[in-house]
Amino acid sequence: MKQTNPKKSTPPLSVSNLSMRYHHKPVLTDVSFEIPEGKTIAIVGPNGAGKSTLLKGIMGLEPIMDGEARFFGEPLTHKRLAIAYVPQREEIDWDFPINVFDVVLMGRHGQLKLWQRPSKIDKEIAQHALEDLGMWDYKDRQISELSGGQQQRVFLARALAQKARLYLMDEPFAGVDVSTEKTIIELFKTLKTQGKTIVCVHHDLNTVGEYFDWIIFINARLIAAGPVEQVLTKENLNKTYGGRLSLLNDLTETMYRTQLNKAHDGD
Amino acid sequence: MINDIWILATASLVAAACALVGVFLILRRQALMGDAISHSVLLGIVLAYLITDSRALPIMLGGAVIIGLLTAWLSDTLNRVGKLQSDASIGIVFTLFFAIGVILISLYAGQIDLDQECVLYGEIAFIPFDTLHIGGGGNLNDGFEIGPRAFWAIAVVFIIVLISIIVAFNRLQTVAFHPKLALSLGINIVFWHYFLMTLVSMTTVASFDAVGAILVVALLVIPASSAYLIAKSLKTMLWFAVGYSQASVAIGYTLAYQLDSSISASIAVSAGVLLFLTIAILQVQKWRQRHKKEILNSHHKYNRL
Repeated sequence: MKQTNPKKSTPPLSVSNLSMRYHHKPVLTDVSFEIPEGKTIAIVGPNGAGKSTLLKGIMGLEPIMDGEARFFGEPLTHKRLAIAYVPQREEIDWDFPINVFDVVLMGRHGQLKLWQRPSKIDKEIAQHALEDLGMWDYKDRQISELSGGQQQRVFLARALAQKARLYLMDEPFAGVDVSTEKTIIELFKTLKTQGKTIVCVHHDLNTVGEYFDWIIFINARLIAAGPVEQVLTKENLNKTYGGRLSLLNDLTETMYRTQLNKAHDGD
Repeated sequence: MINDIWILATASLVAAACALVGVFLILRRQALMGDAISHSVLLGIVLAYLITDSRALPIMLGGAVIIGLLTAWLSDTLNRVGKLQSDASIGIVFTLFFAIGVILISLYAGQIDLDQECVLYGEIAFIPFDTLHIGGGGNLNDGFEIGPRAFWAIAVVFIIVLISIIVAFNRLQTVAFHPKLALSLGINIVFWHYFLMTLVSMTTVASFDAVGAILVVALLVIPASSAYLIAKSLKTMLWFAVGYSQASVAIGYTLAYQLDSSISASIAVSAGVLLFLTIAILQVQKWRQRHKKEILNSHHKYNRL
């Protein structure tokens, strides 16, 4: 017990000098940042900027060339179960013969020994997770029989069942219906009140200021990282999406609108 | 009569073990790896025999597992380091190993009681003539006869496969479903990959005498594929795969008896026919459902008018 308050002093995730390449091409170069606990954080950048790659590199799912990621001050192997990963929906084999409840129970498998079966408590945790996302009625469905939004909810329930402290999600809002989007936002709020941290790859600039507390701008390297009100600036958008002028106009407008919304919220 | 029972029992266990292992190969999209290992284990058997001069089951299984794992590892290495496509890498490695095995057999033909035809096609009808004995100090014709070698080989392997799947069910399921998710949960996916390859190696080598290197692929892939089409969970897929495999054995054996033809080939053909029947039935069901909807829709339109 060297530190009096380790929770406050060690960030849930700190990345230092991270570089990654894909087929000899550099994808990410020298990325460093730290995030605060109990916030929602968006990783934002244009297509091919390396957002998903960053998430996978942090999770040890793809090889890192240089640098490291630390979780609550420790290497990944010591903190694996404290981190729940939600993969992109396209990366999942939806034809796999498995039902909703068994997918959610997978969130408990990390805690179980090889020969152990999920206990009654594990099943209760899985049930609560499904109920929180309004999917309990679908527990016996095969995952191929679900809509896109329902599929996303099942995977969020799986992450929830893991009872992690840090959630890393790859585009959880991509291709989901409005009600699922609302459910996810509610989930974020609940998790935040429990002091949990959520990091999402996010592509929708219309909602980024509204849904997230923090933004990490990425385009092959780190552009900016910080609280929304500080980093969501025209300059940072310009740097991140630079050169795409037509897009840039939209973005400026978006940014303006987001800030307008924020102002209204404050009323 | 007693010979028929031994043959049927052996075929049934071969088919069941292959079906169980095949389910995981299909779900992991590694059917080709099953094909590869079933061929390259030949080299393992031949080398094990030439080095130890013994046909004991543990030695045969050991040789097969070593070469089987080497096949998987070398294919993967060629793919990663050599920058060759993964299916090309697998094709290169297993044909090479199989060819070396064939050369060794013809070089040492006098010492090995394996002939090339038997390796390729197997001959389940001859199984009852090669029996195991307990006691008798190793002399083949002394001691108490306990039944065909091939039967006991596959019986032991079947039990190993069954226990592995029951004990490691959750791990195997998570790794097959989403390897990266499994990795994020701290599951050692490399270990489980080679564990599955070990099961495949043991299953194919124990099936060798009965069905040969070519037809064992049919038993690995076809019943599991049929089951994949109709199963809604991994557990039901395993049950369906075993069901399909046993039906194939029953139909194939009857067919072979009627036509006086190869038993293993008839079993493989039956498995194929059952697969196509399953696809046909699923298609008809789909068509009927669509048809029903169309009729309902037209009624609605009519009522509105």
